[in-house]
Amino acid sequence: MKKVYADENWCLGCGLCDVHCRTIHSETNDIVKAHNFEQPRPVSRLHIETGEKVNFALQCRHCDDPKCVEACITGAMQKDPETGLVTNDTERCVGCWTCVLACPFGAIVRDEGAKKVAAKCDLCVQSGEPECVKHCPNNALVYEDREGE
Amino acid sequence: MSLQLGWPDYMVIRDENRCIKCEVCSKQCANEVHLLDNDLDKMMADESKCVNCHRCVALCPTRALKIKVNDLEFKPNANWTSSAIKEIYKQASTGGVLLSGMGNTRDYPVYWDKMLINASQVTNPSIDPLREPMETNVILGRKPEKLEFDDSGNLKTKMPPQVKLDVPVMFSAMSFGSISRNAHEALARAATDLNIMYNTGEGGLAKEFYQYGENTIVQIASGRFGVHPEYLNAGAMLEIKIGQGAKPGIGGHLPGEKVGEAVSKARMIPQGSDAISPAPHHDIYSIEDLRQLIYSLKEATNYTKPVSVKIAAVHNAPAIASGIARAGADIIAIDGFRGGTGAAPSRVRDNVGIPIELALAAVDQRLREESIRNDVSLVVGGSIRNSADIVKAIALGADACYIASSALIAVGCHMCQNCYTGKCNWGIATQRDDLVKRLNPDVAHERLVNLITAWKHEIEELLGGMGINAIESLRGNRLMLRGIGLNQKELDILGIQHAGE
Repeated sequence: MKKVYADENWCLGCGLCDVHCRTIHSETNDIVKAHNFEQPRPVSRLHIETGEKVNFALQCRHCDDPKCVEACITGAMQKDPETGLVTNDTERCVGCWTCVLACPFGAIVRDEGAKKVAAKCDLCVQSGEPECVKHCPNNALVYEDREGE
Repeated sequence: MSLQLGWPDYMVIRDENRCIKCEVCSKQCANEVHLLDNDLDKMMADESKCVNCHRCVALCPTRALKIKVNDLEFKPNANWTSSAIKEIYKQASTGGVLLSGMGNTRDYPVYWDKMLINASQVTNPSIDPLREPMETNVILGRKPEKLEFDDSGNLKTKMPPQVKLDVPVMFSAMSFGSISRNAHEALARAATDLNIMYNTGEGGLAKEFYQYGENTIVQIASGRFGVHPEYLNAGAMLEIKIGQGAKPGIGGHLPGEKVGEAVSKARMIPQGSDAISPAPHHDIYSIEDLRQLIYSLKEATNYTKPVSVKIAAVHNAPAIASGIARAGADIIAIDGFRGGTGAAPSRVRDNVGIPIELALAAVDQRLREESIRNDVSLVVGGSIRNSADIVKAIALGADACYIASSALIAVGCHMCQNCYTGKCNWGIATQRDDLVKRLNPDVAHERLVNLITAWKHEIEELLGGMGINAIESLRGNRLMLRGIGLNQKELDILGIQHAGE
């Protein structure tokens, strides 16, 4: 399946992926309103690791054998057998954070806004291409199918 | 003492209604202008550090930023301009020479903009380049006086070493050191894809770039940095740099802080040591000396590669060019006074040298008069801004053009002219790892290929409009040019008539 891959050679740690991730996962989908007005504040679904030399953005790897799905106590976390996408059904999620503990990448974040739920990368299926990839200024994020490799 | 007589050159205008405090601006500014004030929960700016490079403006996701020239004014004075006064303040406080990056900014005439190109109407049909073949390739190097063939039609004449370009454009000398490794890679790969040449500048050549040798001009300058037999044989053409348009008559200075491990290896100098290129080559004090170096290089490369000699456009350029041709050079490169640089004293950059248009016309004329024009190719640079400049240069007599500022602008340069600080926010004129990585060579290389491809299309359109189907037929065809707003002396030097004539 197509996934988001980070190339730490070109990641500047600028944070634009984070900004656009938060925007697309907001109520209004408006960058200014999402950051300055929306309450509760929308949550970005990626982590940016920054260091002296190496930076990269990390989001859900949509694993073949997802530990989060295995760990989920309510069946909210599911892997779509067709698309391979791992998603969390926020209606069923009870915010127990077992998935957060189980994820080997630390890619699941806690959304403690309206209702305590686990939030994670959904590859922006609603907008076609992940927003983080679309707005990366240095091609450090790419969206491609590398599974044949 | 804390008294500052001047004030910041720029103002940082932030639209508070749009700012989302994402801190992209502060993370991206190597000059540390922007800062999130946690107490005020607001982004603040120290505009005294701003160089107007637009990195923050380009990356701000909400377009909340604008940088404007500070509108604080002195009492109006046509003689004592704001910059004249501020320069004195600066020198009075530092005691130093004023430094600048990139080219001459002064309001001297741009002759390219005072020449117009002809087009065919009725009597000689124009050509549609999309339907008919059009040749934009050129061959640089000495041209034999005549060609001889044997009975079966094979060429008997031994051809002198030459290089072929698909488009009459080359990326001119920018050393690894003055520009980043990634900028260097982008230029090398673009030149290879476009089948043109790029130039190592005086920075030597890292082994990893030998693979682009067919499209590499290796430069030998007064500091002789990185020059060894393998280097000389790594490129397809050699260039002796005598002068540079931005700073004729003076040498170069790469500060030690830019000489990291990779630059030190390529230049063959210790890490952290200043790389100082003397003003003259200490073994060249005459045309005869120059001839010795040209032939030393030809010996070293077994007479397989053309040798270029690059000079700055100065008052007696035609006589010097004649000497260079007679000294055995295959190519003469002339760099006009608007040419760029990583660092030059501002006074030199802004006051020394002459416009490339006039130098080109005069040199071409002189070489023709002396019947040695075919012994050399003429390459001109020094602010070639677009394809029309190239067409005009070729009509004035050039074989090809050198571009550097245009190439850097294509990959992101915003002409802030602070290359010499080593803090280029665009990853071009810097050796700082965190800044270098901002220039992704995959992206930059593609942008360079796009630019030259676009220019090639435009050159074909302009040629077709004139009813010409090959760049070779335009060379020195000054009837295709007319002057606009030029006086008789200027027209005479350019060898063109005025519009309407």
